[in-house]
Amino acid sequence: MKKVKRLLAVLFVFTMLLSMTACGTKESEKEDSTSSNSADSDFKVGVIHIGDPADGAGYSYTHDQGIVAMQQELGLSDEQIIRKNNVADSDAAATRAAIEECIEEGCKLIFGTSWGYMDTMEELANEYPDVMFSHGTGYKSNGTNFNNYFGRIYQARYLTGIAAGLKTKTNKVGYVAAMGSENSEVTGGLDAFAMGVESVNPDAKVYVKVTNSWYDPTLEQQAAEALLDLGCDVLGQHCDTTAPQLAAQNRGVWGCGYNSDMTKDAPEAHLTAAVWNWGVYYTMTTKAVMEGNWNCENYFGGMADGLVDISPLSDNCAEGTQEAIDEVKAKIVDGSFQVFEGELQDNQGNIVCKDGEVLDDATITGGINWYYRNVVVQ
Amino acid sequence: MIIKFLFAAIKAGVPLLFGTTGEILSEKVGNLNLGVEGMMFMGAFCGFAVGYYTDNVFLAILASAGAGMLGALLYAVLTVTLRANQNVTGLTLTIFGSGFASFFGELLIKNSVDGTPKLSSDFVAGLAEKSIPVLGKIPVVGKLFFSHNPIVYLAVFIAVICGVYIKYTKSGLNMRAVGENPATADAAGINVSLVKYIHIIISGGICGIGGAYLSIINGGGVWNNSCVNGQGWIAVALVIFAGWSPFKAILGSFVFGGFTVLQFYIPKSTVNLPNAFYVMLPFLVTIFVLVVNSMQKSKKHAQPASCGENYYREER
Repeated sequence: MKKVKRLLAVLFVFTMLLSMTACGTKESEKEDSTSSNSADSDFKVGVIHIGDPADGAGYSYTHDQGIVAMQQELGLSDEQIIRKNNVADSDAAATRAAIEECIEEGCKLIFGTSWGYMDTMEELANEYPDVMFSHGTGYKSNGTNFNNYFGRIYQARYLTGIAAGLKTKTNKVGYVAAMGSENSEVTGGLDAFAMGVESVNPDAKVYVKVTNSWYDPTLEQQAAEALLDLGCDVLGQHCDTTAPQLAAQNRGVWGCGYNSDMTKDAPEAHLTAAVWNWGVYYTMTTKAVMEGNWNCENYFGGMADGLVDISPLSDNCAEGTQEAIDEVKAKIVDGSFQVFEGELQDNQGNIVCKDGEVLDDATITGGINWYYRNVVVQ
Repeated sequence: MIIKFLFAAIKAGVPLLFGTTGEILSEKVGNLNLGVEGMMFMGAFCGFAVGYYTDNVFLAILASAGAGMLGALLYAVLTVTLRANQNVTGLTLTIFGSGFASFFGELLIKNSVDGTPKLSSDFVAGLAEKSIPVLGKIPVVGKLFFSHNPIVYLAVFIAVICGVYIKYTKSGLNMRAVGENPATADAAGINVSLVKYIHIIISGGICGIGGAYLSIINGGGVWNNSCVNGQGWIAVALVIFAGWSPFKAILGSFVFGGFTVLQFYIPKSTVNLPNAFYVMLPFLVTIFVLVVNSMQKSKKHAQPASCGENYYREER
């Protein structure tokens, strides 16, 4: 037994030595090929994911695609990106531990991709003044080393609403929402989707089911089935998995996905998805931080910046969808059309935005707690 | 709408039924296996992967059962032969199983077309909901009981077989004796370790099929690294609700399934309760059942006496 152990120990030492030399050569090769500036090749970026980018679709995957795009654009090596996956955003201690690990490994810029990391990142920004913190989907900032970034995904949702409104035959469109009306991000997106539906199909209603979870494949599937049981024949979604699209496909009806192009997951059902191109922001910010000229302002990009878009329309779309969407999209990009422009009425009959007025960004990110007039909460 | 709700409840209850039936078998021989979630994860992955590569439904189900059995075998070696603490071993098995599914799931994703491992449409169609001829035509009953996918019937079939086996056969009596008092069973000439091994491994196989149900049918044919997502834990709670009887587990799992989908079928316009209430409901009912059972003072629906304790022959 002792001999075996000794042999094993020797083997371990050898493998470690081998792997060390292997890493060494790789790094030196990369340095030669990418950049001569040693400060740049030491620069490390930390990324905190709520899920697992390897899922191949959905929220974390989309963020990670943005990181990969930034990495390629700026020529960073794999060793310069430190990822922490499956970090629960409801667990402040786990969030702190993950970020501190990144800092210990030498990260000078940290992206936190989920809402619940915000307060922890704000605290850490004060403790580590020489590390830059950029937090996604929130609203706080400190002007020196902590900001928030987000985008006008509601613009893309409005366009997917057009595709859904043109496709529905039962005039019942379903929507699987992660959070209830108290969450402005989800509710505003749903309202924009519902407005898109109404703009082409005034008779259609949008039915909502709330899962109370950003990521839960089982609940999302069950919520989707409940909507299909109500007679919905197009499903929109604001949740992280492809479950609603797959549920629609199994019943032979249609859906509009979110985050990434879900046509590859549900080719017979998917129309078009509201998608993020996070790479736009990650590249811009990382470059600015590396060059030392980051302004640390909150960022709220839209379709004109290329941060949000819709995925290419699939063959499942109704005829004329492309034209209808292109027309509105052009107006959104040149600024002549605002999604949240009055007069807007909620489903209780109240006027929530007066004629001629446009909701400001603070209201859009934090103050939409009403459902648009064609939304039915079931 | 009520029929649609009940139908959805049955669908949501099936993975729980597999997990519960399996866990009952394990607890009846005195081994509290908290690794249900892990075994389901292993079954979920292996069932999916075999289905993906062979396109054969039968092989996929067999593989999922095999993977669950493998997980259970690990547990059995550790707790029965090496007498490790059952709770700790079970928890470790859960962590191992979820890691197993994510690790190999990632490989599967990397090796698939456009990063989406997807079962062929023939495969999915083979497991689609089908109405049984004649019986499926009966109003209400036909929709509720005879229009499901084949795995639903398999779940009920396995539960009934286990129930009959535990209650009415001689080897069922032997296994119950092992769970209640292994020393007595040993004295009566029953091979305690062998009985434990056999039942723990079969229990793992049943849990594994439950995992395959989640990854293949609930997942809609596309692999998801976290497809089991806590269902195994609900199954452990359900064992208590079912009073360690597979027959009651059938009813119990459909009731629990009903609770999980209830929030989506009660119109918010008529009853507006916070979602958290619905999430809490199954566990609230479990507590209620526990209280009622303890008031009855009957040993019939109690946990097997030696459950959770390892058997040392030398300490008799």
